[in-house]
Amino acid sequence: MVHALIDGVLTGSVYALMATGLTLIFGVMDIINVAQGIFVILGAYLSYTLQVHFGIDLFAGLLITIPIMFVVGIVIERIFLSRLKGPEKTAMSILVTYAISLVIEGLLNEIFTVNNVQLNASYVNKSFPLFGIYFPYIYLFGFVLAVVLLGSLYYMLYRTRFGASIRASLADQAAAALVGIDVKKVSTICFGIGIAVTAAGGMIFGATNAFNASTSYDLISRLLTIIVLGGMGSLAGALVAGILMVTLEDLVGVLWSPIWSTMSFFIVLVIVLSFRPQGLFGKQSARVA
Amino acid sequence: MGAATLAATSVLALTSSSGASPKAHASLSPIKIGISLSLSGDFSADGLAYEQGYKLWAKDVNAAGGLLGHPVQLDIKSDASSPVQVVTNYKTLISVDHVNLTFGPFSTLLTLPATEAVQRYGYAMVEGAGGGPSVFQAKLPNVFDVTLPVAYDLAPFAKWVTSLPTASRPKSIYYVTSDDPFTQPVVDTAKSLIGSKIKQVGYTTFPAEATDWHSIADQVAQAKPDAVVLGSVDVPTVSAFMQAFEQAHYTPKVFIATAGPDQGKAFTSAVGAKNADGIMVPNSWYGQSSNPLSQKMVAEYIKQYGGTAAGVNADIAEAYSVGETMAAAVKATGGFSNAKIISYLHSGVTIPTVQGGVKFNSVGENLAQTAYTFQWQKGGTTFVQVNPVSDKNSVAVELPKNAWGK
Repeated sequence: MVHALIDGVLTGSVYALMATGLTLIFGVMDIINVAQGIFVILGAYLSYTLQVHFGIDLFAGLLITIPIMFVVGIVIERIFLSRLKGPEKTAMSILVTYAISLVIEGLLNEIFTVNNVQLNASYVNKSFPLFGIYFPYIYLFGFVLAVVLLGSLYYMLYRTRFGASIRASLADQAAAALVGIDVKKVSTICFGIGIAVTAAGGMIFGATNAFNASTSYDLISRLLTIIVLGGMGSLAGALVAGILMVTLEDLVGVLWSPIWSTMSFFIVLVIVLSFRPQGLFGKQSARVA
Repeated sequence: MGAATLAATSVLALTSSSGASPKAHASLSPIKIGISLSLSGDFSADGLAYEQGYKLWAKDVNAAGGLLGHPVQLDIKSDASSPVQVVTNYKTLISVDHVNLTFGPFSTLLTLPATEAVQRYGYAMVEGAGGGPSVFQAKLPNVFDVTLPVAYDLAPFAKWVTSLPTASRPKSIYYVTSDDPFTQPVVDTAKSLIGSKIKQVGYTTFPAEATDWHSIADQVAQAKPDAVVLGSVDVPTVSAFMQAFEQAHYTPKVFIATAGPDQGKAFTSAVGAKNADGIMVPNSWYGQSSNPLSQKMVAEYIKQYGGTAAGVNADIAEAYSVGETMAAAVKATGGFSNAKIISYLHSGVTIPTVQGGVKFNSVGENLAQTAYTFQWQKGGTTFVQVNPVSDKNSVAVELPKNAWGK
């Protein structure tokens, strides 16, 4: 049980990292980015390319892939999402990001084929013993990476001038503009950040799972579930819900049966939403908690 | 909204595809064959391999003059691995696109609803990947699975492993399977055949939609069984178990998975050739088969797509066999009447295909084929038939499996 608990926390933090971008984008822009799953896979393929063709280590490669994904996010926001306005913006964002997702999936299938690949490095299949149980290094590294990146995001939001701009834009866009905040610019950068974190999440995911472009479908359903439970727009919610989801699934799998593991999370989701429709950490007026 | 329109147009372009174009049959109208395939979603790797197999067959048949002189045109729609979309696709193919014939989708999960849908229009559903018992238990008159029913897949393995001398026979076995209609019957049949001859130390079922197999694989590793029977539908599942086993410093002496290792290079490139060494998988076909029809198809495949015989995905042969079976039925009935084709395929005739003989019983099972077990050997560089032991093409099983990466 201890093994499942620790596994759940380590793996859940990586899901939380992937979901963070999704919830940040919704919190600031009211955009439900259903392409987040394919961006995770795109991030994984970028790491794969750097590793296989240039021999660059998976973690060192993040210094290249995170900026690339940031730029990809900026470009997509400028070309497609910045045009969405009006009361139907959120609903239309689902359609547009789904279309973006399918186009990227098609391109990845063309470039990399549908054959599954997996990221590899000397430490990926290695583990260390603790209390008689082996823990894989890659999950530990993924956990540390998630903590560092989520901590950095928190620092940016609450300790920097730009973070204050984000929170002000979120609270009231018109008032934020009146005090001189460039709300459009803030939205664009937020989308870039939301996509940039998928590079890290994708790398860890790709090192622990064989994947192809279609893997994004499984991912997006889990990521959406996490941010709904945590509260749409809440970074803290994404973190707690991500860890809760995987830990609960692992515990149910070990103590009862894996067949009920996924179901158990959805039961918790229904119960939580019955009492708190806005999710664990969601707020009506200000969504970034 | 112009951007959204542009994106949607791109989507349509990416998710639909036309079939192989006929060579030169100007005098007769083309025969349209409707197919729904998983070109995206969970089964996309298999779906795209099936697409290659169907297109390879269409190319060959057109080069040989088409079906009764009519050029063959494939009308392929993507179902995104969805049992709902597959029904919509076949309804559209028949009632809107007016296809003459239908070929099957990928997986038992999709074949059953697809077959029920086309039955309402009186169409025959010749398919190669709907071998799970649920397809045949429905007793549909129009389904014809050209591949051996999966329930029997592990029979040669069960016979071999239980007949090993006591000293080398695994002492314990763990069954772990997805609750997919393709995998669970295979594993359950193996379990009943092996019975108490090997001590069962675990049986775990996990949901087909699982994406994190690590904790499940850890449970298996902690039981330290000598043999593991994994009910898997794809490469990622097998890969995840292999990785978790290695991380847990556990190597089973015998490791067989129901699907995944049969995908040739797609498997070894994901898990690494050295790790693939010793992994076993049941199937009814492999790239180095001595069947002359198979050798011809494999040579054409390699000419078109490259690679080696060992790296050819078994899905290619299944799809190709579907085409061969339908072509034989069309030729024998002298037309494209689905009623006559259904009647002919139920007549007990044996049709030669790249997978071997095809002969259907009353519920559409092909019982003319033999189940084989294959194993990756020589550092994961060769994929060989290892049983039935009595078969002249079988080589000795590599036992026990080497440690991971060795």
